[in-house]
Amino acid sequence: MIGVLSELSYWQVTSIRVVAGLVAVLLVAGTLVYAHLFKMVSFMQSRLGPMEAGPYGSLQLMAEIGKFLQKEDIVPRRADRFVFKAAPFVVLTSTFLLLVVLPGGPDAWFISNDLGIYLAMAVSSVSVIGILMAGWGSASKYSLLGGLRATGQLIAYELPLLLAVVGVVIQAETMNLQEIVLAQANGEIFGWGVIGNPFIITQFAGFAIFMIAMQAELTQTPFDMPVAESELVTGYMTEYSGLRFLLFFIGEFATAGVFSAIAAVLFLGGWYVPGLDPADNLFNVIGPLVLFGKVVLLTFLVFWVRFTFPRLREDQLQRLAWKFLVPLALANIVVTGVLKVVV
Amino acid sequence: MTPAGVLAASAASGDLFVAQNVFFGVIALVMIVSAIRCVTTRNVVHAALWLVLVLAGAAAQFILLGSEFVAVTQVLVYIGAIIVLFLFGIMLTKASMGDDDSVAGEKRLMAGLVAVLLAVVMGIALVDSYSDTRVVIDEPQRFAAVSDAIFSQYIVAFEAVSVLLLAALIGAIVVARKE
Repeated sequence: MIGVLSELSYWQVTSIRVVAGLVAVLLVAGTLVYAHLFKMVSFMQSRLGPMEAGPYGSLQLMAEIGKFLQKEDIVPRRADRFVFKAAPFVVLTSTFLLLVVLPGGPDAWFISNDLGIYLAMAVSSVSVIGILMAGWGSASKYSLLGGLRATGQLIAYELPLLLAVVGVVIQAETMNLQEIVLAQANGEIFGWGVIGNPFIITQFAGFAIFMIAMQAELTQTPFDMPVAESELVTGYMTEYSGLRFLLFFIGEFATAGVFSAIAAVLFLGGWYVPGLDPADNLFNVIGPLVLFGKVVLLTFLVFWVRFTFPRLREDQLQRLAWKFLVPLALANIVVTGVLKVVV
Repeated sequence: MTPAGVLAASAASGDLFVAQNVFFGVIALVMIVSAIRCVTTRNVVHAALWLVLVLAGAAAQFILLGSEFVAVTQVLVYIGAIIVLFLFGIMLTKASMGDDDSVAGEKRLMAGLVAVLLAVVMGIALVDSYSDTRVVIDEPQRFAAVSDAIFSQYIVAFEAVSVLLLAALIGAIVVARKE
């Protein structure tokens, strides 16, 4: 793998990475929509889900994409044309930039440097601007209200998300996601290193806070006030149709996948599975698949919660973030810091 | 942030950073156009969105200089927090579609004067202080080096700023509370 990559020129490596990024976004989003949104929720509700297109409805997604592509791309007459049209791309750009920091194996990465998780947290906040653009640019009251609700929620839950990561950074002594994976692979739990040290064990509070805040960042139920269909139609997406609605839709599921991948890297050991040498070349091949398996597992949790819990009220949502998650995350940082120095 | 710094570094190491210089020019052009549109547009939301481009351009320039930490902080703080706060405030209060002639009306002359004055003063100060200094970029600045500097050399300034922020925070709560 390394030998092959080093013989390629810069633009060849770059095009491989672009293709890998596209595959990672589209394939993951497609799998999540089919496995979780179409099938899992159907089984939870004692029905079969889509069965017609392809075996077990596996080509339903293609049918849906075809349907959206042939629909007219309507722009409301009073809307701000440019802002309205650009908004889905801003949201999707944020998702693609998030992907850049994810490692898939010892040599299979896009960038591997100190930026790591700090860059991920920074670019994830850019999507808020896209949501505000969509909400305002649509010139619709439902959209504007949805955009404002989304922003209030994303700002509130970005804080616990960031603070939950700090515990992992303290324990791994680096912000580089690749080195965080290696720290877990080579780590020991009080001298016992058979399974390494996946931070979900030592940082369980951080993991719980991260998953709750992630659910809110993804605006999935019980945190789906921005797109509450019984109040706001579909919030900031109300006026979108055709291709641009599809882009928002892909963005939603791709972001769920990428955030779950970040959680998998931070808390579940990323591309590493116990029992093998982390420097093994084999991981360049199976690493992305292992990571993908962990992503499917974590998104299963996300969608399980989504289809189980009722929607929170706006004041309950803000209280949960500011009065419970933030203090808990701060306490987690203090405890982690003290233990790091003492032990 | 000057191109002279990049040029000096390339001269020092013996080769010319062609790509860096080309991209510096491109990004600088985008920043200048966006900055001009930001102050001339008659729509408040558009002005805030043009400002996003200016700040993103500044972050890109920091990346060209190898200051990754400053670049990411620029994105996190300015784009992710301050601009979002601007847009949020505008949309909560007054977010009319289309042009609004009351924006930047009679204060235009004064604003231009202040801007020119500021540019001249800051330009002279920067050239006077740093024209002999050369930025040498061997490798990207490490995060650990930044934190080492903050928590040893600049610890007093850092603590002073955090106390100031805390005071501002408490002040905001006191002002917002009605009793």
